Amino acid sequence: MFSVGIVGVLTRRNAIVVFMSVELMLNSANLTLITFSSYLGDATGQLFVFFVMAVAAAEAAVGLAIIIAIFRNKLTVNIDEINILKW
Amino acid sequence: MEQSYLLTYLLAIPLIGSLLLIFINKEKEQLVKYFGLAVSLIAFVISLIIYFGFDNQSGDFQFVEKFNWVRGLNISYHVGVDGLSMLLILLTTFLTPLTLLSSWNGIKKRVKEFTFFMLILELGMLGVFVSLDMFLFYVFWEAMLIPMYFIIGIWGYDRRIYASIKFFIYTMAGSLLMLVAIIWLVVYSANILGGFTTNLLDLYKTGPTIDKSIQGFLFLAFALSFAIKVPIFPFHTWLPDAHVEAPTAGSVILAGVLLKMGTYGFLRFNLPLFPQASLDYAVLISVLAVIGIIYGALVAMVQTDMKKLVAYSSVSHLGFVILGIFALNQESVQGAVIQMINHGLSTGALFLLVGMIYERTHTRKISDYGGIAKIVPFFSFALLFTSLSSIGLPGLNGFIGEFLILIGAFKSTVLNSWWFTVFAATGVIFAAVYLLWMYKKVVFGEVTNHNLDSITDLNLREKLVLIPIFVFIVWIGIYPSTFLNVSSKTSEKIIKLVTSPQNQIELGKVDAPK
Amino acid sequence: MIHLIYLTVLFPLFGFLFNGILGPKIKNEKVIGIIGSGTIGIAFIIAVGALFETLALPVDQRLTIITLFQWIDVAGLNIHFAYQVDQLSLVMSLVVTGVGFIIHVYSIGYMHGDKSFWRFFTYLNLFIFAMMNLILADNFLLLFLGWEGVGLCSYLLIGFWYDRKFEKSTTASAGLKAFIVNRIGDFGFLLGMFLIYSTFGSLIFTDVFSRALSFNVPEHIFTLIAIFLFIGATGKSAQIPLLVWLPDAMAGPTPVSALIHAATMVTAGVYMVARCSIIYASAPTAMMVVAVIGVFTAFFAATIGLVQNDIKKVLAYSTISQLGYMFLALGAGAFSAGIFHVMTHAFFKALLFLGAGSVIHSMHDVQDIRHYGGLKKYMPITYGTFLVAATAISGIPPLSGFFSKDEILWYSYANLGIVFWLIGVITALLTAFYMFRLYFLTFEGKEKFDSHKTHPHESPKLMTVPLIALGVLSAIGGFIGIPEIFSGDHGNLFHTWLAPVFKSAEIKLMNIGSHSHFEEILFMAISIVAGVAGIYYAWYAYLKKPAVADKTASRFKGAYNILLNKYFLDEAYEASVVNPIVKGSENILWKIADNRIIDGTINNLAKLVDNISGTIKKIQTGVAQSYALVMILGVLIALLWLIISYS
Repeated sequence: MFSVGIVGVLTRRNAIVVFMSVELMLNSANLTLITFSSYLGDATGQLFVFFVMAVAAAEAAVGLAIIIAIFRNKLTVNIDEINILKW
Repeated sequence: MEQSYLLTYLLAIPLIGSLLLIFINKEKEQLVKYFGLAVSLIAFVISLIIYFGFDNQSGDFQFVEKFNWVRGLNISYHVGVDGLSMLLILLTTFLTPLTLLSSWNGIKKRVKEFTFFMLILELGMLGVFVSLDMFLFYVFWEAMLIPMYFIIGIWGYDRRIYASIKFFIYTMAGSLLMLVAIIWLVVYSANILGGFTTNLLDLYKTGPTIDKSIQGFLFLAFALSFAIKVPIFPFHTWLPDAHVEAPTAGSVILAGVLLKMGTYGFLRFNLPLFPQASLDYAVLISVLAVIGIIYGALVAMVQTDMKKLVAYSSVSHLGFVILGIFALNQESVQGAVIQMINHGLSTGALFLLVGMIYERTHTRKISDYGGIAKIVPFFSFALLFTSLSSIGLPGLNGFIGEFLILIGAFKSTVLNSWWFTVFAATGVIFAAVYLLWMYKKVVFGEVTNHNLDSITDLNLREKLVLIPIFVFIVWIGIYPSTFLNVSSKTSEKIIKLVTSPQNQIELGKVDAPK
Repeated sequence: MIHLIYLTVLFPLFGFLFNGILGPKIKNEKVIGIIGSGTIGIAFIIAVGALFETLALPVDQRLTIITLFQWIDVAGLNIHFAYQVDQLSLVMSLVVTGVGFIIHVYSIGYMHGDKSFWRFFTYLNLFIFAMMNLILADNFLLLFLGWEGVGLCSYLLIGFWYDRKFEKSTTASAGLKAFIVNRIGDFGFLLGMFLIYSTFGSLIFTDVFSRALSFNVPEHIFTLIAIFLFIGATGKSAQIPLLVWLPDAMAGPTPVSALIHAATMVTAGVYMVARCSIIYASAPTAMMVVAVIGVFTAFFAATIGLVQNDIKKVLAYSTISQLGYMFLALGAGAFSAGIFHVMTHAFFKALLFLGAGSVIHSMHDVQDIRHYGGLKKYMPITYGTFLVAATAISGIPPLSGFFSKDEILWYSYANLGIVFWLIGVITALLTAFYMFRLYFLTFEGKEKFDSHKTHPHESPKLMTVPLIALGVLSAIGGFIGIPEIFSGDHGNLFHTWLAPVFKSAEIKLMNIGSHSHFEEILFMAISIVAGVAGIYYAWYAYLKKPAVADKTASRFKGAYNILLNKYFLDEAYEASVVNPIVKGSENILWKIADNRIIDGTINNLAKLVDNISGTIKKIQTGVAQSYALVMILGVLIALLWLIISYS
């Protein structure tokens, strides 16, 4: 799942899809944490998942806000066209 | 001797002056100019006070001040003068007010910024000459580049950006290598002396103990930086561009003082710190110097731009100075010292004159001139007088320097060959060719360009700028002892440091008793 | 007055400063002229006083040194502004100030009406100042100051009328040529000085010359010193190979030609070699070089003078030729004979030039002798004095030129051999010929100018009185040097006066062989015959049968052309030395070496940095995903490394 997320980040052109992939990566990490927490019987893993979810939510909020700002200026969410920092 | 703070006052004056200048409203151009002139004149007066308190008989550093700066590395604010720096300080404080005076009408925009940079530049130059701490020296050395960069870049002529960037990067590149060498030297000395120090006097004791092959690298690292500054062939190509594109004041200060910092560096650092390497490389550097003398003269001969001609003449003249330094006897080193002063005066005056005529005609091309002797007689006389000084006519200052250098080089045991002198002396012929040829084309003949008919002769302010220089040209030419005596003990000391390194090794003793 | 000798240097300096600073404001020719000439006149009087005081001293104590103040004191070099009064410097001083004064007075008349009248006298006084430093100096360095100083004044005075054309170029170019050629000679002089200092440890004459006798110096060092100094002399005294500046120097006003390029500056080289007689005596090879160049130059220049049509050019080549005689004398070891000829030559050559000036003045600046003719009835004084001078230079007794030239010819035979003497005699014949060619074409014969347009007249008294003065000197000046065979007990007075100066040198030479009086009189007779023959041929070719000259010229067209064009010497130098250096510097050194190679390297270095950064900057794509890709790759590599290093 993590690798699927990576591929999505690297190859998709639509910024929203990239964010979805990032969420996918984070959720895959969550899944791993819960699985092993259950397997090892340690509650710390499950606790950590909460942290991750909170961070994911915050990051998604900020990221989507930035994309909306960019969209308002450049009228596109195609990452290839947002290259002002190009040389 | 009681502690004297005169050197700090000397450095403080341009610093405080430039800071105060910031508060003056830039609309009040006259006030700015007068203020700048006043500050530089006060600095000159202070340097005169120092001169009158200077003891010619002592070869040691005088007016020494030392305050701790960075305690951990034992870096201190350590300043002092000896015979060599005394003369150069006087030259600096003498030329700066003259330069400001000559730019009175020439600089029309941003006068406040210009004066500010000139004062900072003066601070940097004075700092270089009085520093006795390697770190402090390096700071001032690099600091001087900044105002110069701006002066050329803002108030210069057509290709000023190219010229100022070239000047800045070229000089800095050399200096970086010197920084590496400084660090190496300080670390090495820390092992011997049991603690870090950047005090030059301490380093004088440890430098000569460095193993010969490594000493060679250090010598070359320092030498590269100074060689670019002097400039020594083939590191000279920044000079014509910088000089041509700089405004008159910039050219005068550049030629008058900045170039001397390179030769000063050789005498103050390369020779005493690395005596064995100096002896090893003396022949090589002298060969480059002689090539520079002839090459500079020949290329000057075929220039069509007056300023470029004078710029190449600088390369040629400073070749003499380098030859004098590395011939390493009393005649040649004294000749080199006095020639540094001479070059500052003569070439400075030449640039002033070119600037004055440019202000009237807005062209530097020799072919645009001809026959101006009738139109501007005083200028013509001044140009002839200055050219003769630069050529080395006996009775004027240039001859003293050139003669001493050549006769020293002839009998030098370090160079050990007459050929250096033979080739260098041909420079004497070529100097007459390029300067008098230019003079003939510009001043004599018939007036072919009738735009020149209405130009005015030099006014009082311009004469006031030139006449003090002329006075010194004649003074040094007829009675040079006034100036030679200031540096003679120092020259002796430096020569001895190089040619008898054994005396140095004893820690705690720098001067061998006579 | 000996102790006041420095005033002979300072008075002209004062005149220079006075006329230089106040001249443009005063505008009164009389004042400027009086100050200008007066300073020289006073200097002359002081020199005369010093002469009498020196005469009163015993013969072996006639060297006095007057020190003013220190000049340079560095290590072993301890030079002062100090002046040496001895027999040699007194002779030179009297000639310079005496003839100089006469020429200054003449110039007041000649330069009348010139708008730069003040500048002329300023430069003239500066010249005398420098010349006096040269001849009175007690050390090589002060001599060199005067040496270069006279070169400077020559430059300024040749180009005095700086906006005028001269031949194919300008007067300013002629002045520059003089300065540069002189400087080439000075290069040699400097090397000589360096070698003297490093050999003898001093540059002061008395030190050097006494050490030359006492130190054990190998001969080749003496030879080198002598040759280097002589190179300087060939520059200053216009000998082969550095003679090309003197004919061009005729661009200057005629009094300048008279003073500088006849009587004084050009003799500086002769003076210097004579002063260093002991050095030359210790280097026989060098003496031979001096003699060969001297005699060859004398002949060479005389041949060119035969066909020149400009009155001043003839005199210029004549000067070069006579200077050659002086060096011939020095090379033969007859130092006092050389100085004797300096003196007599100053008299008659200055007179010839001033007379030429008088003619040029009245003929409205026409200098071509083919447009003269028959002037003797218009300008009696000029004609008379010119004739005296021409006869003197042709070596006809009892005029001064005979005594000095004959002494030189005799010693060249006695010490060097018949060949030198023969060339000398032939040159004497040529001298008489071209001189009288000049005289006949100018003053005698048919008038070749339009007497309606040009009204030649005698010059004003300010110009003719100096002519008469010099005429008298040219006539009787030789009696001070009557050879021993005639003057019996007195001996040759001039020679005796100068003998102590050259004593050590003559002892070293020891080659005055014994020649009989009969030989001496025989050779004297031959040289008189040669002079008379030259005059006769000139009379025949230019007065009696004028067509002969043109017919000879067309018959030997090739040779005539070569002589007229001075053997194309200038063109040869131009092509072989000047052009290669200038063109080479421009094209090779500047455009290629400096601009393309050295600067190019720097600029290419900058471009290289530019290119590298141009390539590297492409990493910044601006697209976030490529950055992410790099990051992930980095993480992968780090993981792999971790895994590998832990297994």
